[in-house]
Amino acid sequence: MTNSLMISTRKGLFTASRGGSGWAVSDVAFLGDNVTLALHDPRSGYSYAALDHGHFGVKLHRNKGDGWHEIAAPAYPEKPADVVSKDAWGKDLPWATVLLWALETGGADEPGVIWCGTIPGGLFKSEDHGDTWSLNRPLWDEPKRQRWMGGGRELPGIHSICVDPRSSKTIRVGVSCGGVWQTDDGGESWACRATGMRAEFMPPEQAGDPEIQDPHFLVQSPSDPDRLWVQHHNGIFISSDGSKSWSEIYADPSSFGFAVAVHPSEPDTAWFVPGIKDELRIPVDGRLIVTRTRDGGKSFEQLGRGLPHSHAYDVALRHALTIDKSGDQLAFGTTTGNVYVTEDQGDHWSTIANSLPPVYAVRFVENA
Amino acid sequence: MTKVNFTANLMRHVECPSMDVDGKTVRDVLAKVFAENPRLKSYVVDEQFSLRRHMGIIVDGEIVRDRNGLSDPVESSSEVYVLQALSGG
Repeated sequence: MTNSLMISTRKGLFTASRGGSGWAVSDVAFLGDNVTLALHDPRSGYSYAALDHGHFGVKLHRNKGDGWHEIAAPAYPEKPADVVSKDAWGKDLPWATVLLWALETGGADEPGVIWCGTIPGGLFKSEDHGDTWSLNRPLWDEPKRQRWMGGGRELPGIHSICVDPRSSKTIRVGVSCGGVWQTDDGGESWACRATGMRAEFMPPEQAGDPEIQDPHFLVQSPSDPDRLWVQHHNGIFISSDGSKSWSEIYADPSSFGFAVAVHPSEPDTAWFVPGIKDELRIPVDGRLIVTRTRDGGKSFEQLGRGLPHSHAYDVALRHALTIDKSGDQLAFGTTTGNVYVTEDQGDHWSTIANSLPPVYAVRFVENA
Repeated sequence: MTKVNFTANLMRHVECPSMDVDGKTVRDVLAKVFAENPRLKSYVVDEQFSLRRHMGIIVDGEIVRDRNGLSDPVESSSEVYVLQALSGG
């Protein structure tokens, strides 16, 4: 099992380590600054941290083992004067990075490749460990992208990136709000793959429109890549045919949430951190739990041992639940600054921290 | 030459000493500063050279109104202040 966890928070990037007496916060970088996401690349050993300075824009930092250094953040090209850039609501879409919302490594056969999803919807690729970035023009220039729209965030964006373990040229991205998009040629062409999802927030005749869906987070089973899981704004969806079609799943006590994690070698096993529903984003009965299915969503267990049973109003955001390569160890962080870890797939949880700043993302540091 | 000063709050993230540069507009003088100090650019303007949302610029006591084009004129005797509104909790 891995012994290190990166915790991205509103006020810094914290590291928790597993020692003789369990897990504890052991380090912090960027103290006081808004760290929205972090990535450790086991291929190179490099780590990446995305910062949102608000006033001063978004930045990207890299650590090659010699401390953190700012590197180029994905940046949009100059907007041609004759191009109208709006989202589906008619809001102006800037050709400027508003948020770095997804960071993932490329495939095992392409060392140095990093993918980055952003608000307002651009997907960027680096082939040199983040030294330089280029905007994926086929997706950015795709006319149907203009149907994407902001949800909770004012503007649309890419928050999930899944590089298919069978081919690094097959990539799926999750878009809020814009469905799931897939390329099979390394990003030269894209198609929407969200048939079967349901958007309750739209007028009934548009609820099934794939291109306006709000998948909160998308994960792919490493052991059965045709199996994908989505925690969606309106529930949980599963695909067993490589995202060609999706089916809805119902979990007790709720199917609402942001995050999902799938077991590395058991495609039917997945975890969620539920809230009551979209307009009431707190745990049911003030009891923080994780739900787990082991049968592809036919049934769910409620896992609460070691988690607060009353007056808990935690929300785990989309990047704030993670699983390690062993499949036994999971961690999640919450908007109220709590971080929990399990070493037995969720049967028992222990507390890493109770008073961190709001947590945006957690990720185990996996080494090659 | 026009003197361009930057909020001290930026110093936490990037070096930004005051600079004396030539130019006819705010955009001109900022471009000159950024040519000398490239890392500073993305902290003040976005990719389209629009002033970032919470930044403000004052030229000789007047607030710059053209936040996208930064076309407001400057004189060689002008003093430019690049400021920022701190906020959040």
